[in-house]
Amino acid sequence: MIVRISGEGQFDVPEGHVDELNRLDDDLTKAVDSGDEAQFTTALEALLASVRTAGEELPADWIGPSDLVLPSPDATIHEVREVLGDEGLIPG
Amino acid sequence: MGLMRRFSSIFKAKASKTLDKYEDPRETLDYSYERTLEMLQKMRRAVADVATSRKRIELQAQQLQRSAAKLEGQAKQAVSQNREDLAREALTRRQGIATQLTDLQAQHDQLKAEEARMVEGSQRLQAKVDAFRIRKETMKANYTAAEAQTRVNEAISGIGEEMGDVGLAMQRAEDKVAQMQARSGALDELMASGALDDASMSSDRLQAELDRDLAEPAVEAELARLRGELTGSSTTAKQLDAPAEDAAGAQAPTEAPAEAPVEEERR
Repeated sequence: MIVRISGEGQFDVPEGHVDELNRLDDDLTKAVDSGDEAQFTTALEALLASVRTAGEELPADWIGPSDLVLPSPDATIHEVREVLGDEGLIPG
Repeated sequence: MGLMRRFSSIFKAKASKTLDKYEDPRETLDYSYERTLEMLQKMRRAVADVATSRKRIELQAQQLQRSAAKLEGQAKQAVSQNREDLAREALTRRQGIATQLTDLQAQHDQLKAEEARMVEGSQRLQAKVDAFRIRKETMKANYTAAEAQTRVNEAISGIGEEMGDVGLAMQRAEDKVAQMQARSGALDELMASGALDDASMSSDRLQAELDRDLAEPAVEAELARLRGELTGSSTTAKQLDAPAEDAAGAQAPTEAPAEAPVEEERR
């Protein structure tokens, strides 16, 4: 499974790791719902760390779509909500 | 649905809208490539913007550091001249500058991180652009409609996703730069008109007062000397004008008869 960490690159993560990612995703979802920024940062970092350790980073010249796209490590709740809102991705 | 999947599907939906699809996949490949090149240029401009913003902050910090050093020196001088009031004023102003400097440092670090991320991002995009150029030519050369469709779509959605990601990073950087510009504009205004640069302005006033204190005894002595000279001989004061009139006086002694004897006396 190909997972992109926004602003960082794409990783090839073994299928068997999906349950673990789902569990970490639950924590992240709760943090966004509660609006707790510290909890959000911790949960996001845990999720991304798990992708980085379980997965293998794909080279920069690899071209292909990802199955999952995750926010960048320094994203805030506000920024994540913005993506989930109606803003376009490419400015100008 | 978990956040991870919602984020992914919205991100990908938006990214796929960044590229138009044409009837012939080969056209879509060329179009995508053009868009990616444009994106790379935008990205480079954005990196330059961030760097400019960072340099402006560095200049402001240098200016503030000079003011702080000057005030520190003045505080020392004030203490040595037993002017605790002036020392206190200098140190208070220096404290205000230190707070601004801490703030600037934090902004600077943020911009630097943003810049590094964008440089990395544009390197990744560059690598993808190069790979994409080669791959699209291969795909066009060996094009068979049936198998090409999937491969072309993969390449295009891959490159579209990268552009979406870079676009997001650029948006973030532009927002940050706009914030910083507003703040450094405010700081410039503060320096130009208000409390801060006024600190170095009034540190000049501070310096003037310190200098005055230091100069006081010397000035008194000078005054006494001048008074003495004036009462002793009124001609001594004329010495100040003497050199300029020296030549003129010699050539046309009749025009300044009173000064001729003075020149004689000096020699």
